[in-house]
Amino acid sequence: MSGITGKKAVGVETIGMTMRFGAFTALDDVSIKVPAGSFHALLGENGAGKSTLVKCMMGFYHPTAGDMLVDGREVAIASPRDASALGLGMVYQHFTLVPSLTGAENLVISREKVPGVIDWRKERSELAVFMDRMPFKLPLDVKVAELAAGEKQKLEIIKQLYLGRSFLVLDEPTSVLTPGEAQEVLGLVRAMTKTGDLTVLMISHKFHEVTAFADDVSVLRKGRLTGTGGVVDLDRKAMAAMMIGDQPIATLDSRAEPKPDAEIVLKVKSLKAPDRTGLKSIRIEDLGVRSGEIVGIAGISGNGQKEFLEVLAGQRPRDAGDIMVRGAAYAATRAEARALNVRLIPEEPLKNACAPKMTVAENISFRTFDIDSNGKPVNWISASAIKAFSARLVEQFKVKTASLASPIASLSGGNVQRAVLARELTGEVDLLIVSNPCFGLDFSAVAEIRARIMKARNAGAAVLLMSEDLDELLELSDRIFVMSDGALVYETPIAQASVQTIGEHMAGHH
Amino acid sequence: MDATGIGLWGVPLAILGGAIRVSTPFIFVSLGEAITERSGRINLGLEGTLVFGAMTAYAVAVMTGSPWLGLLAAAAAGLCFGLFHGWICKFPKVNDIAIGIALMLFGSGLAFFFGKPFIKPKAPNLPAIPFGAWSDIPQVQAALDVNVLFLIGAALSLVLWWAFRNTRAGLIVRVVGDSSDAARAMGFNPKTVRLVATGVGGALAGIGGAYLSLYYPGSWTERISSGQGLMAVALVIFARWNPLGCFAAALLFGGAGALGPALQSVGVTQGYYLFYAAPYILTLIIMIATSSPTRSLAGAPGELSITK
Repeated sequence: MSGITGKKAVGVETIGMTMRFGAFTALDDVSIKVPAGSFHALLGENGAGKSTLVKCMMGFYHPTAGDMLVDGREVAIASPRDASALGLGMVYQHFTLVPSLTGAENLVISREKVPGVIDWRKERSELAVFMDRMPFKLPLDVKVAELAAGEKQKLEIIKQLYLGRSFLVLDEPTSVLTPGEAQEVLGLVRAMTKTGDLTVLMISHKFHEVTAFADDVSVLRKGRLTGTGGVVDLDRKAMAAMMIGDQPIATLDSRAEPKPDAEIVLKVKSLKAPDRTGLKSIRIEDLGVRSGEIVGIAGISGNGQKEFLEVLAGQRPRDAGDIMVRGAAYAATRAEARALNVRLIPEEPLKNACAPKMTVAENISFRTFDIDSNGKPVNWISASAIKAFSARLVEQFKVKTASLASPIASLSGGNVQRAVLARELTGEVDLLIVSNPCFGLDFSAVAEIRARIMKARNAGAAVLLMSEDLDELLELSDRIFVMSDGALVYETPIAQASVQTIGEHMAGHH
Repeated sequence: MDATGIGLWGVPLAILGGAIRVSTPFIFVSLGEAITERSGRINLGLEGTLVFGAMTAYAVAVMTGSPWLGLLAAAAAGLCFGLFHGWICKFPKVNDIAIGIALMLFGSGLAFFFGKPFIKPKAPNLPAIPFGAWSDIPQVQAALDVNVLFLIGAALSLVLWWAFRNTRAGLIVRVVGDSSDAARAMGFNPKTVRLVATGVGGALAGIGGAYLSLYYPGSWTERISSGQGLMAVALVIFARWNPLGCFAAALLFGGAGALGPALQSVGVTQGYYLFYAAPYILTLIIMIATSSPTRSLAGAPGELSITK
């Protein structure tokens, strides 16, 4: 018996995997080989076919053509059940744990066979024996909702091992983790592949994770395998070229020299507001954002960033404190936002910044449809003016849409974000408040959106950027704050910023 | 001491007796609703199920002479109503609350239609156990005359509380109620689980109805329920979806409902009818006290349409 799971890792191979949805070919003749006990990374942009490939392997889809080999033998996988019988398991990007159940309850109920009446004493002692063999410890008696994101991710992995899986697909496993947590989780998984207990196929966007942890990498673009090989033989540039082909990538403007005496556009003082649970509150003692700088706010999701943004956007009442924009009190009314040139790009733009069923043209015109060219309110709305205005912006911001009259919900995530950027960045912008602008977007959209934000900064806007992606903050910000447990706990200028220190403050270790 | 002259002591005694008597339908309806809501669906139609159950139980008891057959028939009718609700809600884009309101009106209407001939005849009652036989004070005897259904309801709330933690079925209901995606990933079909949970909830509401017509008030009239099925829904939220909490809250509501008659019985002649409104006022106060514009309800099943 080998090591901790009791099951030897299996090797998996796909041969000529092809998947067509009608006339659309999502996956075209993809063959990858993941030997037993290896750590294989799967790179690709959104829509490149990564999840289609994985879903074919796990039995969620039935491929149009192609074969699967497990440990060198051909197998037929008709359903996820077949896949799990062969020891193949998947850890999803979004947690599949049930929040109101405890860890132990989650593990037991996910088993294939659960007795009608659960003997908790017996289950608990068996779980304790199982956990003793695991490389990391977790509290199993608290509700999953109370676990930190990193602990949840570990529990997801433990669940797969508990179910006897020895080949794991990890779908962007670190997207919700702090850098420290990501290092830890991937390190543990890596160690298990080294001892031959586990084979891993990891879907990722992050090059540094791939180079640090994977043995081999396969790259998909538009459903085709564009490259594969050992990680040691490929550098970032080669991988990026395989991922995006020869399409041009927007590059950041060089950072205009910040002026230390520039006007403070946004000033937040002694702000206090209840958080979502109503049990805790967020407190922002003192925050100033100057014209021509990007102030980044880092933090693990759920530490009050969302509430802070909602207060700034006028969506959440505040208990106390002042928000001043250019010296004037700001309560986020439409009139104030217009007079002070405040613009907002919230996270999940389709949900928070659009009316999903209204058309692209209408959505783009939300800021301007009720005023004429002189800024005076109008009584009659001109459909032709809306159309002309949005046509110009769609062109300028390269929004890909079938027509201006399509509902905005029919656009891809990147194009929804482009449409929102078009609306928010047009005209004069003195203050720009942004939250997770690139979450879930592909490579080229991310580069373009970051370039637009940098351009707005260089044009003199004060930018407040909240992001869960530390790389994004390090790339864009002039100063970085860390938000933890509802307060800003750490500040650093970008020149002295260290991922290590920021990560520690994010985790609340100071 | 004169047996009829226990004076003001009669009020708490009558409230206790009333709480036991009046709470029983609340217990059954709220336990049924707790099961349904724990699976991630709301069935507002339980008011209609309650009334229809009351009519069915009474009619079957009149025709067969057996209250127990009436009880069974009420449970079966409730099961049908629940399954019907669950079946309609399986279709995409169907709103469970709208269907519930429709079924509430449908159940009451159907009960009035079939129940007309049964307003006059007298049905045999469900048996009660005289726990007050040791005393010779009639008020004590009356207060402690406990119907078997109350005891069954108390036991059921304990069993459900245990079952939600310790049985496969209980865990599955909680999984489905909290996250459809997680349930599907584990190979459970949320629609089927919710169908069964709504059916069981309906059956329990039917039993609650049988208690109304076969024990207290003990006859079939069209105004038999007076909104108890709806109040039970509020009660489940108040009880935070916990079966033991449902039992306690049902007792509280029952006690509030007994306040008016108790005051009347000790000779308060003015204003006592205001206290008849006590359960409704209590419902309002509870809804206001437990709601908040800025935070979501603790303990609410994640898939519930009102908490999403």
